[in-house]
Amino acid sequence: MKSALLSPVLACLALSLLLPHPPLLAAPRKLELPPEPITFPDLPGVQLAKAHCLSCHSSEYITTQPPLPKKAWTASLEKMRLKYGATLPEDALEPLLDYLTRASNPEPR
Amino acid sequence: MSHPLSPNRRSFLQKLGLLALGSLPPASPTPSRAADSLSLPFQNGERPLVAYPGKRPLLRLTSRPPQLETPFAVFNEGLLTPNDAFFVRYHLSHLPLEIDPDTFRLQIKGLVHTPLSLSLHELQTRFEPVEIIAVNQCSGNSRGFFEPRVPGGQLGNGAMGNARWKGVRLREVLQKAGLQEGARQVLLDGLDRAAHEKTPDFIKALEIDHALGDEVLLAYEMNGEPLPMLNGFPLRAVVPGFYGTYWVKHLHEITVLGEAFNGFWMNPAYRIPNTPGACVPPGTTPKSTLPIGRLNVRSFLTSLVEGDSLPANRPALLRGIAFDGGAGIQQVLVSLDGGRSWTDALLGKDLGNYSFREWTLAITPTPGTLEIKVKATNRLGDSQPLSPLWNPAGYMRNVVETTKVRVL
Repeated sequence: MKSALLSPVLACLALSLLLPHPPLLAAPRKLELPPEPITFPDLPGVQLAKAHCLSCHSSEYITTQPPLPKKAWTASLEKMRLKYGATLPEDALEPLLDYLTRASNPEPR
Repeated sequence: MSHPLSPNRRSFLQKLGLLALGSLPPASPTPSRAADSLSLPFQNGERPLVAYPGKRPLLRLTSRPPQLETPFAVFNEGLLTPNDAFFVRYHLSHLPLEIDPDTFRLQIKGLVHTPLSLSLHELQTRFEPVEIIAVNQCSGNSRGFFEPRVPGGQLGNGAMGNARWKGVRLREVLQKAGLQEGARQVLLDGLDRAAHEKTPDFIKALEIDHALGDEVLLAYEMNGEPLPMLNGFPLRAVVPGFYGTYWVKHLHEITVLGEAFNGFWMNPAYRIPNTPGACVPPGTTPKSTLPIGRLNVRSFLTSLVEGDSLPANRPALLRGIAFDGGAGIQQVLVSLDGGRSWTDALLGKDLGNYSFREWTLAITPTPGTLEIKVKATNRLGDSQPLSPLWNPAGYMRNVVETTKVRVL
């Protein structure tokens, strides 16, 4: 760029107008997420779901599922334990599975 | 089939219209109630409409991490999906809540001669800026319509969007670092992290030839603006023609690998049956799988929804969109009689092979019921099945869509 005839200040100004505009991006971007609802239906075992599921994800991961058989919930819990590292006490497994199955099926099992 | 949108849709659309005009009425003690939820047309499909930062109210599937779906009516408003309506999908709960674009760095490492640490400013000024219009579609878009139902994010048809992306070619950045002999895959990692230390980090792999192609971008702009925070600010991968799972958000680390990456999010996650149509008989398990790849062909009617009505003997314009994995749309056929006869729709302006393509069809319907079907074909001759294909993960749904409307 030919800026020899311009004063340094003007040259700077001209340059800043010509360059892409990082100054517009300069402020740190912040993200404030809306509050998280807890959508678990109040059925026996709900405390287990709150205690063990909410540490990694919100309740809608469970409550937006279609009606699923116990077999499918067993596979999900296995994935949480073996792939995602969830720690679930042995004696919580069966009651939690019962809760998940019942919560996802509007009719009694 | 039930009504795809709840009665709340009307007031929601009114609100959309007002928002678009930038003329929201002043607050009053009894404001006209905006819709606060929509019902997707499958069991347990009720979703709250929630406004996240930088977003208009979207269908919230989950809140931690956020997964937000675009209300389908948005796709009738234009071929480019507005940033504030674009769907949001995270996998890991610790998404970045603050990013300083001045201190942000993209690392290039692994099998390269010169590892790089690039600022956003360097990416924007030292590499050629490139633009492409491309559809980003979630692998599991439309999963809620699978029968038998499958576990996973229960999405309607709104986990897709079409935007004009601007950024730099991944190839140029890799060449700047200089690939070493034996480079085989390129890993993409974003700033989001899991809540649990044992949960696998979300890392995706591209084959080296793909990474070195013309199309894969590191994008810093979307529709002429910096990326929204929830769509990957300040930098994301744009992998035109490929499912959204590869479009890593908040991209901050690129690693060149000499072998095939086998991380959780490439295997066993995001795998499809290794069969034509990526399908298996409903309820069965595939014998072998491969990583999900290119989008299949899809098309939608956007100007009418199930249960709408048209006046008889008056001209009406049907409108919709079609897209595929990058070959480009060749033809869109429309049937008004449930598939017995088909008419060529008129294709709109070509915005590139990776974009939504508009189609229109002028009709003058007579009284009765129209069963409208839309079927697109791409330039490779690939089309859409008349009945849905099934796979256990609920990916790649692309059945010919049907919409019934009354003519009165």
